[in-house]
Amino acid sequence: MPVMNHTLKNHLCKLPIGTVIVGKWHKHAYKIVKTLGNGANGVVYLAESMKGLVAIKLSDNSTSIASEVNVLKRFSKVQGVALGPSLLDVDDWFDPYTNRLIPFYIMEYIEGEEFFTFVKKRGKEWIVILMLQLLSALDKLHQEGWVFGDLKPENLLVAGMPPTVRLLDVGGTTLQGRAIKEFTEFYDRGYWGLGSRKADPAYDLFAVAMMMIHAYYQVKFERKENARQQLLMIIQADATLRKYRNVLIKAIDGKYKQAMEMKRDLVAAIHYDDLLQKENHSPTKKQNHRKTKKRSGIIETTLIVVTLLFVYVLYLYGQVL
Amino acid sequence: MRKGTLRQILLITDGCSNHGEDPIAMAALAKEQGITINVIGVLDQDMMDENGLREVEGIAMAGGGISQVVYAKQLSQTVQMVTRKAMTQTLQGVVNKELKQILGSNVSLEDLPPEKRGEVMEIVDELGETVELEVLILIDTSGSMKTKLPTVKEALFDLSLSLNARIGDNQFSVFVFPGKRGDVEKVLDWTPKLEQLSSVFPKLTSGGLTPTGPALREAVSYFNKKRSLRSLIASDESYFEESSM
Repeated sequence: MPVMNHTLKNHLCKLPIGTVIVGKWHKHAYKIVKTLGNGANGVVYLAESMKGLVAIKLSDNSTSIASEVNVLKRFSKVQGVALGPSLLDVDDWFDPYTNRLIPFYIMEYIEGEEFFTFVKKRGKEWIVILMLQLLSALDKLHQEGWVFGDLKPENLLVAGMPPTVRLLDVGGTTLQGRAIKEFTEFYDRGYWGLGSRKADPAYDLFAVAMMMIHAYYQVKFERKENARQQLLMIIQADATLRKYRNVLIKAIDGKYKQAMEMKRDLVAAIHYDDLLQKENHSPTKKQNHRKTKKRSGIIETTLIVVTLLFVYVLYLYGQVL
Repeated sequence: MRKGTLRQILLITDGCSNHGEDPIAMAALAKEQGITINVIGVLDQDMMDENGLREVEGIAMAGGGISQVVYAKQLSQTVQMVTRKAMTQTLQGVVNKELKQILGSNVSLEDLPPEKRGEVMEIVDELGETVELEVLILIDTSGSMKTKLPTVKEALFDLSLSLNARIGDNQFSVFVFPGKRGDVEKVLDWTPKLEQLSSVFPKLTSGGLTPTGPALREAVSYFNKKRSLRSLIASDESYFEESSM
């Protein structure tokens, strides 16, 4: 984003392949293999270590490193689902080029593909499935009292077999009730004028809706005067988005308080068409069923009338005697 | 930890000052009084000239703050990011100072083993969320800045959206320079609602001199005026002093 790059940051982004980074405190060594990504708060490299391939994040900003480490530690406490990469080491590196201590941390290296790359390769039917997976992961995170914050396709990685969505870059992860730490305008409800930047589960769910819109609509668009109306029109313009219209609008309006509610509605929307088709396939059978029901009703009535008549005849007979 | 207030001046400009005192000196003056100065340089399509760039960086450095040069389009995200980053930086300075008092004069966050830093960061995070913040926004409206003013306004709304999501209170005020009569003119007095700006912003006229130095000086004295007024009402008010990092 900034035009002018900090010289130190620039240098950190261009560490030569083969550079060996040794921690000052724990003395573990990591040899740089290639760049994995450049963020606002640092750079991530693939590196070789004693334990195999790892991801290393370096930054000249020790505060952002320290708070990301805090979040990663918390992530590991969220049981059951693999949310983000697991944290392996935290240390400082004495950088001989600048004579400065550079803080860094080591994460598990997740080999996978970025969300959009994966969808392009494997087909659009994966979008909604990955979103369902994401909603389950978010639900776990929300239940622990956190909000992911900077949800965007670039922070989603699809890895493994079966393909599973993983969250990357925890820089935006915020305690519920606090101000969102990091965000990206297009996926931020504040930018669209549709809510605050206070961290609550609905903040993440808005971003999920925007990711779906982006994934199906494919072009990223600019905000206009009446943002809500603009989003509704875009949803209306695409056949698949139209199918999920009610879910998307509810998420955009912040009506979902929990990720699982949105997941439930999304599942229902996926199968809505199937249900309609099934009903269309078996209309005759249903009518037959109704006819038999009607007939049995008639039989019932006749039986009652006959019984009553019989009782009446018995009564009359008794009177005569 | 004591409750306090962070004081910042956010300068939004697109180039060189050409009138009055050296703005870098005025920034150093502000820092001495515990006021942090952040500077955002706004570009058109071309690059900012070397002198402008040096001034933007110089003011922020002397003012103990952060500088960033961006295209007008990216202003919104930059303004809120710079303000928050500067807050964290100042708060970290404060926490570092406390650490030194507890652990000895040569200890800072970097000297702690990485495992311990997390706890310190939690304190900084907590403070950043709850501390009171006063931001005086100083906008250069001279010459070529005129076309960028709608974008500046949008960025300021965005800033209030971000800061008002915090638990702690905010106070904003907006000044522009050059003013209609003097070097600088107040367009919005201290208020927690930066959105009120919409009613005053269109009145601006731009052109002429760029008195960045005098504008900074007046902004600092405006802060002090507020402080002395406050101290009449409540004397236990405390401010976080900017400490060397």
